[in-house]
Amino acid sequence: MNLILEPIVKILIVLFINLTLVSYLVLIERKVSAYIQNRIGPNRVGPWGLLQSVADVVKLFFKEDIVPKDANKFIHSLAPVISVVVAFSTFAVIPFGNKITLYGNEYNLVIADVNVGVLVILALTSLGVYGITLSGWSSNNKYSLLGGLRSSAQMISYELSMGISLIGILLMTQSMRLTQIVAEQGGYIFGFIPNWNIFLQPIGFIIFLVSTFAETNRLPFDLPEAEEELVGGYHTEYSGMKFGLFFLAEYASMITASAFIVTLFLGGWQAPFIEYFNFSPFVISLLQLSAFAIKVLFVLLFFILIRWTIPRFRYDQLMNIGWKVMLPLSLLNLIVTAFLILINIL
Amino acid sequence: MLTDFGRIFIFFIVGAIFTAGGLMTSWLFRPKRYYPQKLSTYECGEEPIGDSRVKINVRFYVVALIFVVFEVEVLFIFPWALIFQKVGMFAYLEMLFFLLILIVGYAYVWAKGDLDWDKPIPVIPQLSKLLNNKS
Repeated sequence: MNLILEPIVKILIVLFINLTLVSYLVLIERKVSAYIQNRIGPNRVGPWGLLQSVADVVKLFFKEDIVPKDANKFIHSLAPVISVVVAFSTFAVIPFGNKITLYGNEYNLVIADVNVGVLVILALTSLGVYGITLSGWSSNNKYSLLGGLRSSAQMISYELSMGISLIGILLMTQSMRLTQIVAEQGGYIFGFIPNWNIFLQPIGFIIFLVSTFAETNRLPFDLPEAEEELVGGYHTEYSGMKFGLFFLAEYASMITASAFIVTLFLGGWQAPFIEYFNFSPFVISLLQLSAFAIKVLFVLLFFILIRWTIPRFRYDQLMNIGWKVMLPLSLLNLIVTAFLILINIL
Repeated sequence: MLTDFGRIFIFFIVGAIFTAGGLMTSWLFRPKRYYPQKLSTYECGEEPIGDSRVKINVRFYVVALIFVVFEVEVLFIFPWALIFQKVGMFAYLEMLFFLLILIVGYAYVWAKGDLDWDKPIPVIPQLSKLLNNKS
């Protein structure tokens, strides 16, 4: 009984927090972009526009759903569902806190502590390609087809450097278990720098960050939906709730991607210098949870700021960076890291 | 007994139920007033020209082929990384040799120009040519 109930309760809580975060992320993005462009942004619905996201969701529910008559109807409806489910399920293996004790029971703050967590996340992010490619193909629209194609080529190109840049961490941790990767990031280098992988693997971090931008189709790499050339890219023919699902998937994958970055490189739930204070174990668990949340929000803000400050790449530039810069650099990073471990420096 | 992978599967199911529920709710509320023009394929307001399944650049296929080779390579490196500290020097040399073979292939692909994307060559209009065409 408890075995089934516990994961379901956790899943519902995580899903709820994710959804709330998505709707407010949209608002934050609109506000930040407005301030960057010297505008005010949404400010009519509720104080400071806080109810704007609610209004948006209600609007999406009441919109007519148009499926073009030449489209492949089943795949057309299936594609957004694949995108959303995949984007959310990635969160299942991410540890968002250490153990917490509630009413005498100890709970792990991770939904599924699998021993191949890194592989699960890589596999799920690759499944995300299907949602976009299928939607582009099934819409029977030239813009959608081009968007889907571009997206699949871009995602597979950057997946390589993403995978190889992770190996540096696996070499140091000797484990694919995400909880262990986080646990190893406790402690300090030289006694004062937190022992986070970003300081041990700076090149790997940069490669991984850039690949993540490409994988989530965020702005410097948002060619699949470049609105100036492809109208809406792969979701040109989507409207109403199905469009809303794609929108949801984009932001949800952004959240899971930042959570993944935080877990691998920014110390996960580790809050540095916390052991110097005499907190009770419960308070420490809460502080670690909030440390995780703050880090994720920080990475998300970085995503948004990049989107509104850097222009889009051309497609040949995108492919050149992926194949000619990222891939050799990540291989070099791998060889150097292995060598440093061999001579006991790392 | 529920394994950790079972929990991921439960997450899948909950997510699928959630999205299906969203689509169903929207289906209950939304208007359904269709006519042929509304259901036609979008092409910036024009009548759609030709088939939508257009011919695509063969580069996409080449990229996919190269991807498969390197992705398999990454899959080989993952288990190697997990036992690296136990095996030590031998594993390092082994992997260097493995990567060397791949880097030769990579260099070959690069030299053959398969990593270059086709760039359109801009045609700069020249006055003399324009004048010649006119006459």
